[in-house]
Amino acid sequence: MELIERMLNGDKRACARLISIVENNAKESEEVIRKIYKHTGNAHIIGITGPPGAGKSTLTDKLVKLLRKQDKTVGIIAVDPTSPYTGGAILGDRIRMNDHALDPGVFIRSMGTRGYLGGLAKATRNAMKILDAFGCDYIIIETVGVGQSEVDIVKAADTVVMVMVPGLGDDIQSIKAGIMEIGDIFAVNKSDLFGAQRTATEINMMLDLDQNMGRRPPVVMVTASKNENIDKLYHEIEKQYSYMKVEGILEERRKLNLKRELVELVEEELRKVVLRESDNNGEIENASNKLLNKETDPFTERDLLLKKII
Amino acid sequence: MSKPIRVLVAKPGLDGHDRGAKMIARALRDAGMEVIYTGLRQTPEQIVAAAIQEDVDVIGMSILSGAHNHLFPKIIKLLKEQNAEDILVIGGGVIPEDDIPALLEGGIAAIFTPGTPTTDTVKFIKENVK
Ligand SMILES: Nc1nc2c(ncn2[C@@H]2O[C@H](COP(=O)(O)OP(=O)(O)OP(=O)(O)O)[C@@H](O)[C@H]2O)c(=O)[nH]1
Ligand SMILES: [Mg+2]
Repeated sequence: MELIERMLNGDKRACARLISIVENNAKESEEVIRKIYKHTGNAHIIGITGPPGAGKSTLTDKLVKLLRKQDKTVGIIAVDPTSPYTGGAILGDRIRMNDHALDPGVFIRSMGTRGYLGGLAKATRNAMKILDAFGCDYIIIETVGVGQSEVDIVKAADTVVMVMVPGLGDDIQSIKAGIMEIGDIFAVNKSDLFGAQRTATEINMMLDLDQNMGRRPPVVMVTASKNENIDKLYHEIEKQYSYMKVEGILEERRKLNLKRELVELVEEELRKVVLRESDNNGEIENASNKLLNKETDPFTERDLLLKKII
Repeated sequence: MSKPIRVLVAKPGLDGHDRGAKMIARALRDAGMEVIYTGLRQTPEQIVAAAIQEDVDVIGMSILSGAHNHLFPKIIKLLKEQNAEDILVIGGGVIPEDDIPALLEGGIAAIFTPGTPTTDTVKFIKENVK
């Protein structure tokens, strides 16, 4: 594929086209990933997650600025929700990152979730692979604003930065159950606002209570809009990364994530095959009728359907 | 999976507000498109760079400053330099009737002046994106 050659040689347009392919075209996407996979695995993947409006995009912008000062190249995938009603989306994360639009060492891509619920889009992982093969030293993934259960980022990133803000109040408790666990590092953003110190204290207390953690996540207070303490956050990101590398945890984590990805792929394909086969012959329809008339039970029918195919 | 049309909406120039740009962004979203909204004060260079990274089908620009005779041709020229002239460029805002023919001649696909219903813009995009 000519696009792949061009992308590997640093052509941004080709890179952008390939990302569109993995978003839009399942068959071609497979072909692309097969060809580029061996070029992946070199980037440090940082996930930026947290509640809506916490300052994820602003923080990403400032992190990129810092990484660029050190001549590191950066790819960014910023995910925003797609409307379930119209299939449309307004992808607005880029507004905060316009300073980097012309920087040859930065590639920014906005992505709609397109019905995917885990805080990322279905194509995010493959788009990451493209940016990785493209040669980005760092890839930053900004998730949608998370509430309770959008934790897919943990399956995709090496380092998850959880962005919190003062004024969440009791929400910290409610968020805790779902998503606090996935943060490797906590950034309390908007430290210029009242209550930031208290938020940091609360998070620290919560983290101290949690016993069965590997490395105790650090809490950093930052003010992204004023570019304050971003260097401290960066320092913690690097510390966490080298800790994981030295302890062999990085490899373990990546392997676990690859395993999950593979299992998902198998499940997806299996589901397709099973449904296609049995749908074609009207078997699901027939079985449903039998179930309605209590001539059978769901588990017997499941086993029958599976037996025919596998 | 059907591919949604991707549109970059920008409001270049140094003047005022982006009400018009936001309104069209919402209308396009409600019509099922993915709108990359880049906000105020973008230079033509930034707009084209973003359009390429985002691999959009359409660039929509709202211009109020009277700089349309400079900004639109600049965008077209930059797109050509990047071999990206397949991206459709449309414009809206306060643009005198007399200036429109030359802009269309220069490669702008359509100009929507104030008062045009957003449904016209949606329809135009749907009909003209391959
Ligand atoms: N006071 C204060 N405001 C900030 C800070 N960082 C960001 N903001 C503001 O918070 C608002 C949201 O910032 P974004 O960066 O768009 O937040 P986000 O988390 O990316 O938002 P979504 O992607 O919509 O979930 C903007 O108005 C920012 O200017 C900060 O450190 N202090
Ligand atoms: Mg954002």
